[in-house]
Amino acid sequence: MISGWLKRIIDHDISYSFTHSPVTVLSALMTLIILVSSALAPVLTPHDPFNPASLDIMDAFTPPAWVDGGTWKYPLGTDDQGRDILSTIMFGNRISLIVGFLSVILSIVIGVTLGMVSGYIGGWLDALIMRLADAQLTIPSILIALLVDGIARVSLPRELHDEIAIYVLIFSIGIAAWPQYARVTRSGTMVEKNKEYIAAARVSNVHPVMIMLRHIIPNVMGPNLVLATIGVALAIIIEATLSFLGVGVPPTTPSLGTLIRIGNEFLFSGEWWITIFPVVALIFLVLSVNLIGDWLRDTFNPKLR
Amino acid sequence: MIFYIINRILQSIAVMLVTAFVCFILFNYVGDPINNMVGQETTIQDREALREQLGLNDPTVVQFFRFLRNAAQGDFGISYRLQRPVKDLIPERLPATLELVFASAVLSVVLGILLGIYTGLNQNTWVSRAILAGSLAGVSLPTFVIGILLIYLFSVTLGILPSYGRGEAVQIVGWWTTGLLTISGWKAIILPSITLGLYQLTLILRIVRAEMMEVLLTDYIKFARARGLTDRVINFGHALKNTLIPVITVTGLQVGSLIAFSIITETVFQWPGMGALFIQAVHFADIPIMVAYLVMVALFFVTINLIVDLLYFLVDPRLQIDRGEAGGQG
Repeated sequence: MISGWLKRIIDHDISYSFTHSPVTVLSALMTLIILVSSALAPVLTPHDPFNPASLDIMDAFTPPAWVDGGTWKYPLGTDDQGRDILSTIMFGNRISLIVGFLSVILSIVIGVTLGMVSGYIGGWLDALIMRLADAQLTIPSILIALLVDGIARVSLPRELHDEIAIYVLIFSIGIAAWPQYARVTRSGTMVEKNKEYIAAARVSNVHPVMIMLRHIIPNVMGPNLVLATIGVALAIIIEATLSFLGVGVPPTTPSLGTLIRIGNEFLFSGEWWITIFPVVALIFLVLSVNLIGDWLRDTFNPKLR
Repeated sequence: MIFYIINRILQSIAVMLVTAFVCFILFNYVGDPINNMVGQETTIQDREALREQLGLNDPTVVQFFRFLRNAAQGDFGISYRLQRPVKDLIPERLPATLELVFASAVLSVVLGILLGIYTGLNQNTWVSRAILAGSLAGVSLPTFVIGILLIYLFSVTLGILPSYGRGEAVQIVGWWTTGLLTISGWKAIILPSITLGLYQLTLILRIVRAEMMEVLLTDYIKFARARGLTDRVINFGHALKNTLIPVITVTGLQVGSLIAFSIITETVFQWPGMGALFIQAVHFADIPIMVAYLVMVALFFVTINLIVDLLYFLVDPRLQIDRGEAGGQG
């Protein structure tokens, strides 16, 4: 039975299109490596970069292993505090991914809820929500995230803000991206709500909220999930940018953007590896998630192109 | 048509009023403005006097209208951190940002259209493929990463271009300083404008390429070929003209994004513009500067959107019929 199930997967169009797109296979592999290495970062990392006791300031600014003066103890070298770059990148990936995923989930929750309400109920509520989405779409999401984060920074006491910085970040990135999901959901809902099964549910007196939850959501989630993959890449970019600007996660738990910002100060004094390796890691992460997203979009929903 | 224009203008005013209201809330109710202005040792009586003097005890509506009136006159109070009127700080920073945005816009439009035409006409050459592959970097890499890589290549490794500042700036008319009249200024603007404009360049390149490929398949181009016109006349006289409509819209809308993204580019290159000022204000919770920047950017966005919408309306006559009927549903 399991072999039949496996055979069906292998014979399916989607796996054909997957295995015949080497770029996608490569980026899926890359994403898998990044996911596993960041999930198991505490176990896999050769050094604990956040335990001051294990740091040796004498090891600071060690270049990568293959450069003169480098050791294989620190394969990609160390930063100004003697932290192993490879380990900080693995932990940095972890934060970038957590923020990326959670903020996309938040955008989906807000976007799908508003989009569904807008499409199902219609009327002035629909007009209001969609005008709001239009207005927000004209402003780049990075600016909105920056503003929300800035307001939180102003209104919360400093100590509290540092403590919950990562949640503030997730909230501000999540808030910035909801309109796209709302639009896709709204148009999907408007198609679904005129179908007969919804009419049947309505005449059998099912509550509108139940109709939306049980019948409409499953039918509008497809395009949303495709959007979400590209959304994760976008959220990672925004997170990295905000952290690079110094308004993202605090340096005590650095994400890739924070690492790049710290390293940027040493670019000119010759310690290029402190910046360049996190930059390369970020490029790999964003590119592989993006390529998977492109493939998903082309395969499942060519109309979205 | 007149109804549509009035409708759009009213919408823009509504957006501005909402922005102004958010700013007003930020200004008056987030944190205590009095605490932000005075030192620790000020007595309660003095604080109350200042509160009364600033009109913070008036009804909210009165305060909001006063805020609007001041904002319309460019008066956003005194920066908490720099202790100088925001009114004086903005003119110092504005020219740098506008020059950067202008340079990036010109760069992305000119290069984008040229490369778009080339890749659209020569679809299968390796040069086209290389350009398209390279343009992927423009859409998928974060702005600051592009900036850092450019700095690493051209400033650190090759050492031919400066990595920070805007070079030597000279004063021209009034408060406007420009870096575009000195050699060091030109050198300084190269890397930041590439960094800022790369995304827009990619976008324009791809649009022109797609439109070009589409237009070349239409009947009127075939007819032009049948008439025996030269390739040059067909490509540039007939085809290009029709690809430019979407380019106008996209360019217009993207000028807003350029201003927003200049925050990042200015931070990477320590460009002394509005964006850098804003980021510092966010760091230090300097609300007057944040508010002033917000209002200015909103005004910019709304104006550009309005102009682009009206322009689109004029350029494409088909819209004049559709929009009139479907006005409310958009």
